[in-house]
Amino acid sequence: MKRILPAPLLSLSLFALWLVLNPPPGAGQVLIAAIVAVALPVAATPLRPQRVRIRRPWVLLRLILAVGRDVILSNWLVGRAVLRAGARPPSAAFVRIPLELRDVNGLAALAVITTGVPGTVWSELARDRSAVLLHLFDVDDVPAFVEHYKSCYERPLMEIFE
Amino acid sequence: MWVEAAVATLLVASGLATLVAAIGLVRLTSFFQRMHPPALASTFGAWAVAAASIVYFSALESRPVLHAWVIPIVLAITLPVTTVLIARAALFRKRQRGGDVPPPLHES
Amino acid sequence: MSPLLTVAIVATLACYGVAMALAAARLMRGPTAEDRVLALDFMYIVGMLAVLALGIRYASGMLFEAALLIALAGFVSSAALAKFLLRGEVIE
Repeated sequence: MKRILPAPLLSLSLFALWLVLNPPPGAGQVLIAAIVAVALPVAATPLRPQRVRIRRPWVLLRLILAVGRDVILSNWLVGRAVLRAGARPPSAAFVRIPLELRDVNGLAALAVITTGVPGTVWSELARDRSAVLLHLFDVDDVPAFVEHYKSCYERPLMEIFE
Repeated sequence: MWVEAAVATLLVASGLATLVAAIGLVRLTSFFQRMHPPALASTFGAWAVAAASIVYFSALESRPVLHAWVIPIVLAITLPVTTVLIARAALFRKRQRGGDVPPPLHES
Repeated sequence: MSPLLTVAIVATLACYGVAMALAAARLMRGPTAEDRVLALDFMYIVGMLAVLALGIRYASGMLFEAALLIALAGFVSSAALAKFLLRGEVIE
């Protein structure tokens, strides 16, 4: 089982992607999708330096919903701050956040979330992965933001990947 | 009818988000502030257009046509790479010029 | 295509056009090289969104592939330019 399907999640996403990109899903397309879904992860195994293990799907689902909500909310906040920038310049600042997350894939996911949410940009990661430098667009209460960042994004990622 | 209203609303919302992002790109005063507005276009702007495309083509062909959701996913995977690279390049060059930015993390 | 949708698409494309022009202004003005790369990256995204909106206007699925190609070309070129700024060489 492990040899045929080294990455079940990747296989499942490839299968779904193939069917979505090649409508309408007839029997032939389902067959090709199955072949792609089985063959590509096997062929790509030498390219993957380490196994990714997703531990708690429910935490992952909750994280995705929380990130979606934060993206919409901060879209609104950043847009408003941009339009008001003449009267009230945004209080932009660099913030150094100490990290407890060490897993490489978890850090990659954290970087994707940080850049995806408007108003925060991932600027630099320390060599030993002990801290990250973020640039915040318009945050008045920095300690509250750090608390939110660690409890909403970092801790779920630690539960999922470590 | 409601399909067209939904598609029109989503499209105009995406256009406005992109416009606000461009205004920010021109108006804000420092480079690191200007790094933030483009995220409006690549998150909400892209989501809204993709949703409009899905709704419109699904109604047109009266079956689910979902291929547009690939666009937000591709953007979500590729944009962090370019954004982080641009931010690091900017930090590197500002430090070389002796600008007002924090020192490298691994030395502190 | 109903009048409502036509007007909405024209308005959206106008927004994209103005956004593109503003980004082009930032591209010309600079003042630093990072600003120009950022503006170029933004213009790629706006161009991609405009192609998607045109796909709805002409009810054509082909333009979706064009949008995907623009996104990938934008990714590669912005990454290469940023890498260039980071060290001064594209390939190390």
